[in-house]
Amino acid sequence: MFEALSDRFDGIFTRLRSRGRLSERDIDEVAREIRIALLEADVNVAVVKSFIARVKERAQGAEVAKSLSPAQQVIKIVHEELVTTLGGATGKLTMSPKPPTVVMLAGLQGSGKTTAAGKLARLLHSDGGRVLLVGADLQRPAAVEQLRVLGERVGVPVYSEGRDPVKVVKGALREADRLDATVVIVDTAGRLQIDADLMDELRRVGKAAQPHDSLLVVDAMTGQEAVSVAEAFDDAVGLDGVILTKIDGDARGGAALSVKEVVGKPILFAGTGEKLEDFEPFHPDRMASRILGMGDVLTLIEKAEEAFDREEVEEVEAKLRKGELTLEDFLQQMRQVRKMGPLQSLVGMLPGMPKELRDAEVDEGELGKVEAIICSMTPDERRQPSLINGSRRLRIARGSGTTTQDVNALLKQFKMVQQMMRQVARGKRPQLPLPGR
Amino acid sequence: MSNVLVLVGIFVLAAFLIVLGLGLSRRAQRQGPAEDRPDATGIASTTPATRARPRLHDRLAKTRATLAGPLQALRIRGRVDGETWDDLEEALLLADVGVATTGRLLDELRANALQLAASEPAQVIELLKAQLVAELDGDTDRSLTRADAGPTVWMFVGVNGVGKTTAIAKLAQREAGDGHTVVLAAADTFRAAAAEQLAHWGDRVGAAVVRGQEGADPGSVVFDAISAAQARGADLVLVDTAGRVHTKVNLMNELEKLRRVAERGPGVLTEVLLVIDATTGQNGLAQARQFADAVDVTGVVLTKLDGSAKGGIVLAIEAELGIPVKVVGVGESADDVVPFDPVEFVGALFA
Repeated sequence: MFEALSDRFDGIFTRLRSRGRLSERDIDEVAREIRIALLEADVNVAVVKSFIARVKERAQGAEVAKSLSPAQQVIKIVHEELVTTLGGATGKLTMSPKPPTVVMLAGLQGSGKTTAAGKLARLLHSDGGRVLLVGADLQRPAAVEQLRVLGERVGVPVYSEGRDPVKVVKGALREADRLDATVVIVDTAGRLQIDADLMDELRRVGKAAQPHDSLLVVDAMTGQEAVSVAEAFDDAVGLDGVILTKIDGDARGGAALSVKEVVGKPILFAGTGEKLEDFEPFHPDRMASRILGMGDVLTLIEKAEEAFDREEVEEVEAKLRKGELTLEDFLQQMRQVRKMGPLQSLVGMLPGMPKELRDAEVDEGELGKVEAIICSMTPDERRQPSLINGSRRLRIARGSGTTTQDVNALLKQFKMVQQMMRQVARGKRPQLPLPGR
Repeated sequence: MSNVLVLVGIFVLAAFLIVLGLGLSRRAQRQGPAEDRPDATGIASTTPATRARPRLHDRLAKTRATLAGPLQALRIRGRVDGETWDDLEEALLLADVGVATTGRLLDELRANALQLAASEPAQVIELLKAQLVAELDGDTDRSLTRADAGPTVWMFVGVNGVGKTTAIAKLAQREAGDGHTVVLAAADTFRAAAAEQLAHWGDRVGAAVVRGQEGADPGSVVFDAISAAQARGADLVLVDTAGRVHTKVNLMNELEKLRRVAERGPGVLTEVLLVIDATTGQNGLAQARQFADAVDVTGVVLTKLDGSAKGGIVLAIEAELGIPVKVVGVGESADDVVPFDPVEFVGALFA
């Protein structure tokens, strides 16, 4: 899934080596990749264009931070711009000074309005609000039943009487007065944005409800359509915010950016699962990383900067270039890598990791074993593993509390790693000797 | 210092590989044998009934009228230039065809256009259409397969909110209208009131609905429905399953089990249909891949094509996974389910 930016990232890395200020060429080079990444994440074509233009403007002549390559610098700018675009206050509805606050949910069929209504009711109810759920979806069979079941689970009343959504809303407002409700959540029928009749009906429902918050409910898996959907609904009822649903899948969620760009109002909440409590304030920064498909490179860079001693790294880098890495250097590096946190999470943050590695379970205990084996070797053996014969192997295994098979496996793997690094030193992409391939 | 990240990457990898090497001996390969396709014997494909049915073309007419084609400007320009290709790329991307598939299609188109010396934009568009139709047409079997004896079982799967229940209702109506006796299995026991929704439809279209309690084991519902169909001499069982995000391992396992139950019963499971919403973007491919892995999907039902969404992701699904689109949903009424037609679909892509 996360192939777009991340995989190409490494390639750009080696191509761009300039220092100081970002040149136009640097920016163009990366902009191309960013464009593809955004398109693969389902950001609308037109939105991609305007977004890239903004990024270019910002990146022009920007200073390259010491710890970053120019490519990384541009990515950082892109990330920041994404966060800014997606950002704004989140998780807060506009509350009416005079209760009840009316929230209306609208969107395409299947975007998750009814579920979102239930989740929002739960959230506000647990914050001490007196919530009334209103079933104004009279199109889909059993939509009102679904809302009633959800209302029962949350413990809030559900109102829906009659066959006309406008009348349902009017009745609901009276009911809200009677119940002294502080929040009214109106669930409307799903509709296509090009269906003139139904969009007109929505306009009338909106007029009757006079919502303080008209929220568009958008599925995170939506493609290019997100823009025309947002435009049409904004036209019809004047949106105040967005709820992004189903972000628990692996969709990159570019629709969030498309919608935000069109509507200009904050994305307030995100639906993160099937249960009623799977509902969170929207996090622009996480969404930005996700749209870029970059794992969490920035966190990784920060961690690396903390954990690594610059001089050491330079030393090792020099050795690496000559293909002279020893088990001793390896041990040292491994210890530093481990300082950065659990291996599993590091693997997850790395861009361009094959899925097999990303999903594999890392046993941290095995790392301790690796360390023990290397520590049981003499310095000579570490520098020159070919010295290790049968009796030395046995000694190392005993000393580290492992078996000779373990020692053999480690030596074999290290040889492969060395070869891999020589490839890297020659500027090639390492071929991973994955098991089972 | 620009290489910090590269180094980190390498060392994490290195450490990781060694861990793998040590652990390998103890870890069994977890990959199970690929699930077999259902036995082909005893299954015969029947041609669709001859009753006049709405066609994709008729249903898309409304949509087309409301949209100014993105390629209109392109058509009236005189010659093929760089802008032509940019416009074509944009049209394909806007139809959710995806970056990779778009790139491949345009590469092929460039070669074709060069070979045929196509010099006008209109010609190039026609070439692209022909190319797409040829790719979709092939010898793909898009018919819904039926069993020779015993109730035929079609199972519907997909992520949440794509329109599984509605698609089933429409198909039930069509099949009932063609003289089949249909039983609906309400195996979505998770979503509140999902069974009620199906029951409403069952009443409307005259199909029996077998349901369990909310939260009941969906497997038992499926088994009961097929047994009931057998007992009543019904010839078609449509199984509605709970929507599930394809990345949830336990839910996908549950679906695998459901498929096995459907196979074990007295009926014959001939179709596992993945329902995909036409507004879905690039994630549609991931959905198809995961569902195909879990339950060996036999076809795609593309819903909500009556909107302005083009459903271009099915091009990638067909090309990369070889799963054909079999049925298209184009509206709210029960009549609005039509066989997939490559020519009309491609036409609509560039409407």
